[in-house]
Amino acid sequence: MNIVVLVKQVPDSGTQRSLDPSDNTVARAAADNVINEIDEYAIEEALQVKEAQGGEVTILTVGPASATDAIRKALSMGADRAVHVQDDAIHGSCAIQTSGVLAAALQQLEYDLVLMGATSTDGQVAVMPALLAERLGIPQLSGAQKLTVEGSTVKVERQTDGGFWALEAPLPAIVSTWDTINEPRYPSFKGIMAAKKKPVETKSLADLGVDPSSVGLATATSAVVDVTGRPPKGEGVKVTDEGDGAEKLVGFLAEQKLV
Amino acid sequence: MAEVNGSEVLVLVELNPADGTVRKGTLEALTAARALGEVSAVVAGGPGVAAGAREQLAEYGAAKVYAAESPEIDEYLVAPKAEVLAQLVAQVSPAAVVIPSSPEGREVAGRLALKTGSGFLTDVTEIAPDGTATQVIFAGAQIVHSKVTVGTPIYTLRGNSVTPEPAPAAGETVPVEVALSEKAKLTRVVDKVVEQKSNRPELTEASIVVSGGRGVASAENFALIEALADSLGGAVGASRAAVDSGFYPHSFQVGQTGKTVSPQLYIAVGISGAIQHRAGMQTSKTIVAVNKDPEAPIFELADFGVVGDLFQVTPKATELIRARRG
Ligand SMILES: Cc1cc2nc3c(=O)[nH]c(=O)nc-3n(C[C@H](O)[C@H](O)[C@H](O)COP(=O)(O)OP(=O)(O)OC[C@H]3O[C@@H](n4cnc5c(N)ncnc54)[C@H](O)[C@@H]3O)c2cc1C
Ligand SMILES: Nc1ncnc2c1ncn2[C@@H]1O[C@H](COP(=O)(O)O)[C@@H](O)[C@H]1O
Repeated sequence: MNIVVLVKQVPDSGTQRSLDPSDNTVARAAADNVINEIDEYAIEEALQVKEAQGGEVTILTVGPASATDAIRKALSMGADRAVHVQDDAIHGSCAIQTSGVLAAALQQLEYDLVLMGATSTDGQVAVMPALLAERLGIPQLSGAQKLTVEGSTVKVERQTDGGFWALEAPLPAIVSTWDTINEPRYPSFKGIMAAKKKPVETKSLADLGVDPSSVGLATATSAVVDVTGRPPKGEGVKVTDEGDGAEKLVGFLAEQKLV
Repeated sequence: MAEVNGSEVLVLVELNPADGTVRKGTLEALTAARALGEVSAVVAGGPGVAAGAREQLAEYGAAKVYAAESPEIDEYLVAPKAEVLAQLVAQVSPAAVVIPSSPEGREVAGRLALKTGSGFLTDVTEIAPDGTATQVIFAGAQIVHSKVTVGTPIYTLRGNSVTPEPAPAAGETVPVEVALSEKAKLTRVVDKVVEQKSNRPELTEASIVVSGGRGVASAENFALIEALADSLGGAVGASRAAVDSGFYPHSFQVGQTGKTVSPQLYIAVGISGAIQHRAGMQTSKTIVAVNKDPEAPIFELADFGVVGDLFQVTPKATELIRARRG
């Protein structure tokens, strides 16, 4: 079972994030960059499938040089090798363009299963699994809270409001995972040491046969017109409960005609 | 009715699974889409679904109701709806496509964009007549105006961003032939399992949401949150800490890795207000917080905050609201 896990590096969602004022792309250079947290669940799931069925886990990342940190973390968790697509032309790409690069990279790899996070914390688009499935013409099983592989069939519980949908498709397939699917392992000391020796292949757009003019800000399928800070909320009212907190709260709701 | 060429706007319809009525997010999409042209609703589903929705769609401005009906549409995930829409886009060359921003809606939008060589914008809160859309990013810290630059603009509209307004139109049913390709039939939906049935409004649609956090301290205590929500006719939400501690199911999590809500009133009880939680609720119109820590960051965005013990404040507030409502 060959599994490719898509891992993205993102600015830490716990910190102040911004757009670069020069071109309105996500400011990554100055940011505290981390592995997109949900991708760790995809890595964990891949490792569990591998442990049960054998095979190889390859990490695939499209991103700047700094993304090697995310790759190292994935390798230290136990993935076998990585492909890092890195090319200055990619800067500022929209989701559609990025999906083209990821799809081209996937086409050069052998896989039965592509695993990825359900959503990234910087874009929060949650649409990459659908875009890749569309491009590659393979099944999309997105939003998994549970995954099972039985022979050449993949089964997924797709998390929904108040329940789930049971999905089924033939391999090869794309599965995206939520953080309910497992509990990601921490890299062991041994894993961290081993990761340093694992192969990381860097590929350019030329290596993938992707036309550089098909990516990047200039040909993105959408453009930012302007960015403004959200007007700060007017100072709210804060009261300390002295037995009358509930009255005051309900009084406020009544004043606002909310009750 | 005269039709201006290219001013038709397609809106993908989502129905309530329980009764086949039109979901609130779709009424919002119909309302927002009117800024761009004459609205046509697209109902894609099993045989007979369009008839049940037609009247409501017409009331909210659908001049046409495209009825793409086939048992296969609900049998496979996402891809069939994208294919139906792509076929319609090719046929009628609409000015734009507007889709409610559910997980499925976003995925349909993405696939449709690739099929039609278009760009798409997700989770928009507003669409201007010139097609410029508003998005709130980075946990609500910034507002971005964006435009699609290629093909037919496709938007997914964040729930509760627009107030649905009726605008009666003809609602003429136009049957659409459904002929799905093999590629649309790869992922089979084998079963739809409902685990929690609730009489409360759905979290992403509710106009009032009461959420509990780690401060609620146990699953049993969430009854306090439910009681307050019920007194207001609202939905219940939870922080990730509350979900991770097993107090409440994950499908009620609000935040970056949970649901995005934008209600008229959001009440955060025993929630500190971490940035990842704010990501899912910051665009709420009015925010109320109950927290015993006066320094809790949630107070920075609260319109009204009570510094106090939630076990004192919440039950009393519930009583008072019940009394007011009689
Ligand atoms: C990648 C990533 C994604 C995340 N996604 C989400 C997400 O989607 N949603 C989310 O919510 N979080 C998310 N988080 C977690 C987030 O960072 C916080 O850890 C979480 O929101 C904290 O939940 P909380 O406010 O309930 O708990 P705490 O931060 O522990 O706060 C509990 C609060 O309750 C108050 N309290 C305690 N007892 C009482 C009492 N008796 N009366 C009144 N007040 C009391 C305390 O003063 C405190 O402020 C994410 C984190 C990461 C790293
Ligand atoms: N540049 C990228 N490189 C590798 N994986 C990516 C990239 N962008 C998105 N992904 C994957 O797609 C998932 C969903 O991302 P998104 O659709 O952007 O919210 C992420 O969790 C990643 O697994």
